[in-house]
Amino acid sequence: MTVRRLLAALRLLAAVPLVLAATAHAQNALDDVMAKKTIAIAIPTDFPPYGFVGTDLKPQGLDIDMANYIAAKLGVAAELVPVTSANRVPYLQTRKAQLVISTLGKNAEREKVIDFTNAYSPFFQAVFGPKALAVKSPADLAGKTVGVTRGAMEDLELGKIAPSGVEVRRFEDNNATVAAYVSGQVQLLATGASVAGTVMNKNPQLTTEFKLLLKDSPNFIGVAKGEDKLRLKVNEIIAQAKASGDLDKMAMKWLGRPAGELP
Amino acid sequence: MIALDFASVLAEWPLLAKGAAMTVLLTAVSSVLGLGLGIGGAWARWQGPRWLALPVGAYVEAIRNTPFIVQLFFLFFGLPSLGVKLSPELASVLAMVINLGAYATELVRAGLTGTPRGQIEAAQSLALTPRQVFLRVVLPPALKRVWPSVVSQIIIVMLGSAVCGQISTQELSYASNLIQSRNFRAFESFIVGTLMYLTLSVAVRHLLHWAGPRLLYGR
Repeated sequence: MTVRRLLAALRLLAAVPLVLAATAHAQNALDDVMAKKTIAIAIPTDFPPYGFVGTDLKPQGLDIDMANYIAAKLGVAAELVPVTSANRVPYLQTRKAQLVISTLGKNAEREKVIDFTNAYSPFFQAVFGPKALAVKSPADLAGKTVGVTRGAMEDLELGKIAPSGVEVRRFEDNNATVAAYVSGQVQLLATGASVAGTVMNKNPQLTTEFKLLLKDSPNFIGVAKGEDKLRLKVNEIIAQAKASGDLDKMAMKWLGRPAGELP
Repeated sequence: MIALDFASVLAEWPLLAKGAAMTVLLTAVSSVLGLGLGIGGAWARWQGPRWLALPVGAYVEAIRNTPFIVQLFFLFFGLPSLGVKLSPELASVLAMVINLGAYATELVRAGLTGTPRGQIEAAQSLALTPRQVFLRVVLPPALKRVWPSVVSQIIIVMLGSAVCGQISTQELSYASNLIQSRNFRAFESFIVGTLMYLTLSVAVRHLLHWAGPRLLYGR
């Protein structure tokens, strides 16, 4: 995530002139979408379980479901545009996409160049483990071995909640941590949702599931700066989806936990 | 100009002391067992039966021509798929014993090969059994000849144990790494770690040069 954030910061610097140009024709994205009956939505394809390419070579994941959901609610066709974390925001600024649904976190630097809707899904660091192992609260960690990447955010968060008697084994990088979990050297895995998603995806026999939340940082949908009509419309859809439980259903399907309280 | 802040690293001294103790423990266990393995292997390659000399030769070649960290990962991450789960500490000791064993085999064998023919014949003419010839006549001078090399190999293995932190064995480099990931004092933390390794190496060398003649081959 750190590299992602760093890249985002660098990119934002480069994008300043674009923003100035973009403000010239604001406020008509929603009308364009309704007229063309299609909406371009930027989605990730390299970030399971939020967005990845399945064995049928089609993008799938929580962000893709959300993109299709919003297009359906607007009554238009969804045109999915695969983006990387580095070019997510430029796609919005250059109007190649009307929405970015790409595990996008909100921060002050990004808010200067694009607008955000309400949050639609959680991103989080958590403890994961096999179904057979009962872990309901931090106290249940006692006597178990937890693998974590040394110095990562989850390492620090785990230190805050771990009771005495839990054996925390720290590894050099995510690959070693995951290898230790997959080979059975540790019982539980403390990591980010996307790393855990990859583990679940590639090793279904482990029946890995969400156990304990360490830290939450929710995802938002990005819209171009000043597109308030589109932003409010999407907010309306998110609010309805939250009320009807559709957001929870999507989060359950891909992340194994409900969406919970979102800002 | 960088400002060095050793206080924040030295404040974590219990971690460092624990790490150093683990490094010493790993080294002590693996040098005793590894040297034993090496003596056995050297005998097998020198005068042992062919069915034993061949696999020992293969073992020596396999270990001396692959990186230590790969051997360690094989034991820790690979063996569980065969149903063998080792704790990080056990996997580390085992990897170090296997590694030192291979190098010690070749070192001790060099000492054995250098034994004058007449010395063995003299022992045989005194009606010593083959076991007595090897243990009492051939081995002690052989060890004496190669002892400096064995000592430096043990130190190399001790320094090599730094990678055992990769599989979460809490040795000295693991401690330095953990400290620098907490207070971001990487330079200071590794300077302290380096000095501790240096001290340990010098101490181990002196200890082994003192202990070798007294315990293994007489003066």
